[in-house]
Amino acid sequence: MSLRRDTVDTPRVEGGRASPLYGLIGGVWSATGKSPAWPLLVILCVFFAFQSPIFLSLFNINIILSQAALTGVLAIGLTPLVISGNVDFSVGAIAALGTCVAVVINNQLGFFPAIALTLMVCALFGLLNGLIVERLGLSSIIVTIASGTALKGLTFIIFGSGTIMATGSLFLDIGYYKVAGISVSVILFLLLAIVLALMLRLTVHGAHTFAIGGNRQAALDAGVNVEMHVLANFAISGLMAGVCGIILVTGLGAGAPSLAPSYELWAIIAVVLGGTRLAGGGGTIAGTVAAALSLTVLRNGMNLMQIDARWFLIVLGSSLIVALILDRMRSGEPETAE
Amino acid sequence: MTRRLTELFWRHPIIVLLLVLLCSAAIITPAILSVGNILLMLRQYSALGIMAIGVTFVVLCGRLDVSIGSLTSLVVVVAIALHDAFGPAISIIAAFAAAAVVGLINGVLIAYLRLSSLVTTLGMFAAVQGVAHVLAVDSKKLVENPDQSWFAFIGRGFVFGIPVPVLLFAAIAVGSALIMTRTNFGRAIRAVGGNEKAAIYSSINAKAIVFWSFMISALCTCVGGLIMASRVMQAQSDTGVGLEILALSAVFLGGTSLGGGVGGMGRTVIGVIVLAAVSNTLVLTGAPAEAQWLVSGSIIILAVWLDSVSRRRRLLA
Repeated sequence: MSLRRDTVDTPRVEGGRASPLYGLIGGVWSATGKSPAWPLLVILCVFFAFQSPIFLSLFNINIILSQAALTGVLAIGLTPLVISGNVDFSVGAIAALGTCVAVVINNQLGFFPAIALTLMVCALFGLLNGLIVERLGLSSIIVTIASGTALKGLTFIIFGSGTIMATGSLFLDIGYYKVAGISVSVILFLLLAIVLALMLRLTVHGAHTFAIGGNRQAALDAGVNVEMHVLANFAISGLMAGVCGIILVTGLGAGAPSLAPSYELWAIIAVVLGGTRLAGGGGTIAGTVAAALSLTVLRNGMNLMQIDARWFLIVLGSSLIVALILDRMRSGEPETAE
Repeated sequence: MTRRLTELFWRHPIIVLLLVLLCSAAIITPAILSVGNILLMLRQYSALGIMAIGVTFVVLCGRLDVSIGSLTSLVVVVAIALHDAFGPAISIIAAFAAAAVVGLINGVLIAYLRLSSLVTTLGMFAAVQGVAHVLAVDSKKLVENPDQSWFAFIGRGFVFGIPVPVLLFAAIAVGSALIMTRTNFGRAIRAVGGNEKAAIYSSINAKAIVFWSFMISALCTCVGGLIMASRVMQAQSDTGVGLEILALSAVFLGGTSLGGGVGGMGRTVIGVIVLAAVSNTLVLTGAPAEAQWLVSGSIIILAVWLDSVSRRRRLLA
């Protein structure tokens, strides 16, 4: 059981003298959650910085970050859930629902009720997923694939297949607003990442999440309220999908049921690439953030190098598989489908 | 009497659910029961059905395959691109070769390197879709004279009034059911899905079994893709988007469980028929196209739940 896989190690140095440099590197390395995605991110950034002079401009960095924020928010929301041994394939559909709810409520009741209601509806839907999985004892993969399909249909039926424009420009104003050249959505994404990382590291809920993912039966035997913690993680994943929907609306000034297509797959790819195991029990938010950033940097860099965007999918798919093979060589323990 | 009925219900919940659904569909729209409509409905869903049969092998092994939608796109692009230049035979062989390569990669990575099947096939989902997009850029996207080629027969032909895709679906379903019930390979698949370690200790070559299940899944997907290509005679590199979810839905709806070992081909066929009947009924009643997502998503959860309850009851009994 990897209850505290990511606690700070002191670097081992020959002769017992720890140089401050080693200490610094060790400290940074453990702050990143020791995810292989961080070295990958650094390598990608250095590579593309040499390939294109525009890459490191503040303008481009902000583009990368705000693109990463979209699937990144979904991915960090999924991370605690995956650590506790479940998956949620419906987050894309929840985000699409979120865009519609946000715009419609905004047009009827105003901006702040829209935000509150969107987050509430999305978190409730996540909770509903959790209730179905936990109470009926079903596989989260099957349930969320099905409930995602159902929710997508429901969203289309309720809101129609067209785009709904938001009245008033508050959403778009927020989308355009920048703090020191960085969009609000990026700051929100990083803040949420920090909050979730602290939740996993410092709270009882976080410790129990790791325990449940590591060995569910043992956690049950130890008197952990497994159902409550898993439900909370499902709700968090739904909540973050709602945030993703709101960020989408700030970018577009509109909502539509067809938004966020297959975002759930990108988010799950980011979670896995960040070093979180689908079998549960281990993983970090920092790793997920790095993986989400790496994916966006890759896409952005390939664009700047004027490589056909179609190649991105090939590079992405093969890098995911290579990451998986490397992980297997490192750990050696087999993993099954669920 | 009532107790008998409840017992019957809990023994075959999925079949009862199917009957209830079909009866209510027939009451809502009696037109659904005409022979012409049934054949049309089956013809539309047979490509998906063949893919679902292929995936059933993988799910019975306790694995998942989400790369089949992208593979369908690849098969369609390859088959159409080569059709006019080299003829239908070569294009079919090339499509099978492409599918075999994808199945081979999936199989080696998952069976022999023991990678997680969900993540590996997610990677292949992205990569294969990318290959299909890249290939589609400069290749032919249209067959010049679709009616001149015997390739059209696969998707558009009829034998004794029955559409060829339906015959293919039936043949593959029966063949797979025989493989599952009559051969050592079929029993080995169930054993590996049920308890892999026990299977290995009973000197079953679990790696080879898993490997071949992914090969079968890819080859079945190829047949389904060829049917779709032959029907539209056009190559769109996003033809297969979302098909993996539909095929898995049919498998789960039939009651083949992710735990592996439980389920079978007949159940998947039932799942496909339910999906087809639901969408057909909704189309005939004039409901919006997206309503079928809502209905089929809810039915899947209901079916999986009923199935797990009935299994628990049988364990207790």
